[in-house]
Amino acid sequence: MSELKKLVLIVDDDQDYLEQMKLQVELFGFDTITASSRSEGEKMLSTTRPDLAIFDLMMETQDSGFVLAYKAKKMYPDMPVIIATAATAETGITFKVETEEDKNWIKADLYLEKGIRGDQLHREINKLLKI
Amino acid sequence: MEKLKVLIVDDEPGIRSGIERILRNYTIGFPFLDEDFSYEMIEAATGEEALDIINKGHVDIILLDNKLPGIQGIEVLEEVNKMKLDAAVMMITSYASLDIAVKATNFGAFNFVPKPFTPQELKAAIESISKHLFLKRMTKRMNKEGKQIRFQFLSVLSHELKSPLNAIEGYLKIMQDKQVGDSIDDYMAMIDRSLIRIKGMRGLIMDLLDLTKLESGKKNRELKKIDLAEIARLAIHTIEPLAIQRNVKVHFDSDEDMIFTADTEEIEIIFNNLLSNAVKYNKENGEIHFNIKKKSTAIVIKVEDTGIGISEENLSRLFQEFTRIKTDKTRDISGSGLGLSIMKKLVVLYGGTVDVQSTPDIGTTFTVTLPL
Repeated sequence: MSELKKLVLIVDDDQDYLEQMKLQVELFGFDTITASSRSEGEKMLSTTRPDLAIFDLMMETQDSGFVLAYKAKKMYPDMPVIIATAATAETGITFKVETEEDKNWIKADLYLEKGIRGDQLHREINKLLKI
Repeated sequence: MEKLKVLIVDDEPGIRSGIERILRNYTIGFPFLDEDFSYEMIEAATGEEALDIINKGHVDIILLDNKLPGIQGIEVLEEVNKMKLDAAVMMITSYASLDIAVKATNFGAFNFVPKPFTPQELKAAIESISKHLFLKRMTKRMNKEGKQIRFQFLSVLSHELKSPLNAIEGYLKIMQDKQVGDSIDDYMAMIDRSLIRIKGMRGLIMDLLDLTKLESGKKNRELKKIDLAEIARLAIHTIEPLAIQRNVKVHFDSDEDMIFTADTEEIEIIFNNLLSNAVKYNKENGEIHFNIKKKSTAIVIKVEDTGIGISEENLSRLFQEFTRIKTDKTRDISGSGLGLSIMKKLVVLYGGTVDVQSTPDIGTTFTVTLPL
C-alpha cells in the first residue's frame, strides 16, 4: 500500500495565484485543498487538519494572513505555516521569521516572497514537513 | 480647554505682572474650534533667562521686549528662529525703529505691540497670534497626514498593479515548462485567465488616469448644456454587450428635456460606473431600472439592480479607494476598486450627493442627486 499523500491547505484571494500554487504543489506530489479568503480558510481548518498551510498575507484586510496563521497555530500548534506575500517589494518592509521574538507574534514558520522558484518552494516545504 | 504657554520677556516687573493680570482669565474661542484657548504665563527678566526657559520646556507664544539688559530682544528672536521652534513671537517694544522692525520680521516675529498698550490692544494681538499658531499647526498636521495617505495609496496601488502581472507571469512560466501537457489546448484556460487579468489591469490604469486628473484639478472641464437622457442612452449602448452576456435587461425611463449644464465626459463616467456595477453585481437574468427625473431643485438619477446586494458592514467602506467588497459572490467579478470613488468625486464636483440602499440578495439602488 502506498503511503498517504500529505495534505496542503492553500489560502489566497487571487484566484490565479491560488490555481498556480495548487498546480505546483500537486506537481510536488501533495494533495491540496484551497480557500479564497481568511474566513473560508478558517472554516476549512475547523473540519480538516492539513499537514501544512500556505497563506497569502493581504486578503480581506492587509494582515489577514497573520490573523489566519495565528488562529491556525492555536488549533494545530505543530502544523507548519508558510505566509506568502508580494508585500516586501511594494512596501519596502521586510518580514523574516527568524528570531524567537518574531515567532512569538508572527505565528508562521516561514515567510516567502511570491514568485519564488518552484524548486525552492519544494525544498522549503519538504524541510518543514521533514521529508 | 487648551492652555497656551506664554513667555513674557521684559525687564520691567510692572509690564510682566500687567500682562499676567490681563491674560490670566482671558479665553478665546473660534467658531471652527471645539475648544477655547486659555493662557498660562511664564516670566523672564532677561534674554538669557528666556532662552534658558525655551531650552528647558515648550512654549507657544513669546512676548518679547527688544530693550533688555543683556542680549537684546532681536538676538533672542534670532536664536528662537534658528531653533525652528513651534512657537509664535510677538515683539512688545516702545522704541521700535524701522531697522529693528524689519530685522524682527525677517527673523519671523509675527507682529508688534507698541508700549504702552491698553488691555484691549494686548488681547486683540493675543487673539490674532493664537489663531495664527493654531492654523500653522493644523496645516502642518494636515500635510503630514496627506503624505501618509499618499503612501498608503501608492502601496495599495502597486499591489493592485502587480497582482495581475504576477498571475500572468505564473501562467507563462507554466506554459514555458509545459507543465500540464504538450498541446496548446491544455493551456486554454490559463490563456483566458491571462487575458482577463490584462483587461482588468487596463481598466485599472484608465480609472487611475481619471482619478489623477480629477485630483490634480487639471482635467479640462467643458461645461455646457447637455441632454442627460441622450448620454444615458449612450451609456446603456456601451454596457449592452456585457448585459447581453449576463442576460441582464436594462429598463430606461426619463422625462423629456433633461438639460443640465455639465461636462459630457464626466457625466459619461458617472453613468458608466453606475451601469457597469449594476450589470456586474447583478444575477444572471437580472434586471436594471435606470431612471432620470427632474425635480424642482435637482435632477435625480436612480439605478436599481436585482443583484447580490451589499451588507450594511460593507456599505460604509464602499466609496473608499481600492475597496472591493470581497465575498464568495464577488470573487469572480473584476474591478479596479476605484470606480465608485471616482464617481463620488465627480458628483461632488457638481455639489451633488450619492446615496446607496441595499438588501443582500435582493438588490442595490444607487441614487445620484445633482442640484440644478
